[in-house]
Amino acid sequence: MKILEIKNLRKSFDSLEVLSGVSLEVNEGQVVAVIGPSGSGKSTLLRCATFLETIDSGELIYLGEKAATTGPEGKAVYAHPADLRRIRHYVGLVFQNFNLFPHFSVIKNVTDALITVQKKDREEALAIGRELLAKMGLSDKENAYPYQLSGGQQQRVSIARALALKPKILFFDEPTSALDPELTGEILKVIRQLAEEKMTMVIVTHEMGFARDVADHVIFLNEGVIVEEGPPAAVLDNPQNERTKAFLNRFEH
Amino acid sequence: MAFSLLVVKLAEGLLVAIAIFALTLLFSLPLGLLVAFGRMSKNFLLRNIVKFYISIMRGTPLVLQLMVVYFGPYYLFRIPLGYSYRFVATIIGFSLNYAAYFAEIYRGGILSMPAGQYEAAQVLGYNKTQTFVRIIFPQVVRRILPAVTNEVITLVKDTSLAFAISVGEMFTTAKAIAAAQSNMLPFIVAGVFYYLFNSVVAFATEAVEKRLSYYQ
Repeated sequence: MKILEIKNLRKSFDSLEVLSGVSLEVNEGQVVAVIGPSGSGKSTLLRCATFLETIDSGELIYLGEKAATTGPEGKAVYAHPADLRRIRHYVGLVFQNFNLFPHFSVIKNVTDALITVQKKDREEALAIGRELLAKMGLSDKENAYPYQLSGGQQQRVSIARALALKPKILFFDEPTSALDPELTGEILKVIRQLAEEKMTMVIVTHEMGFARDVADHVIFLNEGVIVEEGPPAAVLDNPQNERTKAFLNRFEH
Repeated sequence: MAFSLLVVKLAEGLLVAIAIFALTLLFSLPLGLLVAFGRMSKNFLLRNIVKFYISIMRGTPLVLQLMVVYFGPYYLFRIPLGYSYRFVATIIGFSLNYAAYFAEIYRGGILSMPAGQYEAAQVLGYNKTQTFVRIIFPQVVRRILPAVTNEVITLVKDTSLAFAISVGEMFTTAKAIAAAQSNMLPFIVAGVFYYLFNSVVAFATEAVEKRLSYYQ
């Protein structure tokens, strides 16, 4: 089953075209890694897919439901607000800088949206939150505040917060880039575990080893277009495109 | 005049000062938030009207604003307003003035919030109101507290400006007694009272600041 379909997505900031017709599909249980040099449009692609940016043209389809399509004038037309609200619930996002709510305790960070947005009762939300914190190895941090945690722990809280809403697809925006190198391992471990549980994920990353390890599809983005894509073994170990080769070479050393 | 009578008279004035203080905060703190929203509105007309209002409030003396609020209804529209309107005019004048200052403080606080907080809330499905009430505003309050404390302490002393329209607050009383008796003592006692009043205010705001410092 196709969880996400992006067709011919275009996005410009002023006169600068950042995405020049990107198409991709993500199937249920698939883990897609998006790699590419900085400025290639990776983050913008992710922000468009998670509705943090509006697309200029193209199609954005979640579970067969059209979130955005190209109208007769060639401009993107978004779905009716009520439909869009429902479709947004399919989507979770883990930020590079966590963006936890600093005034909420760890458990409240994870449960508040369940209570405020999904109108679940406190007990049910707490049960969901505690289960996820246990899974993240953070049961003893329930009442701590984000500032009291290490970067790796904060990022695990933010993953728990995203998972609490049971998204159909979870996006990661360079989830380890803000972490000290010795802390990236714990995040990669969590993502690997989610991959084993068949969570559908799209991960923008700089960690090539990680892309090779957990992804079953790698997309190389350059100057707003997908230059090369395929299984990690093909794209990372035997790249065909010159730009992909040049990019990967920089990671060899 | 016996010292005890002086103290009683000034204490009566102090109660009026406290009433001006409390009512001004009661009205200007919420009004300031509305003004801040107006100031940040996408609507060009509203935004600029509010901007003009703030510039007038900050650019002219509070004493003069009190005069306008007190005498305006009669001079401009021939509406006769009784003696009791003095106090109401004071509260209106102070609230309009302080709302302008608070609005700029709120605005600064709101603009200082990182975009990531809004984005995280949006991705989690919070609507605009929920985002503001649950995520943004509590953090804004914490950020602006020192600036608000400054204004609140200034307000304690500004209550004395109500003397300009002869509201019987403490400074008005002190001035009257001092003039009648050719004596400094009423000013000194009034000064002590203002200082004690502000010490209580400082204690209270410090307690609030402490309460809100549970996170960094």
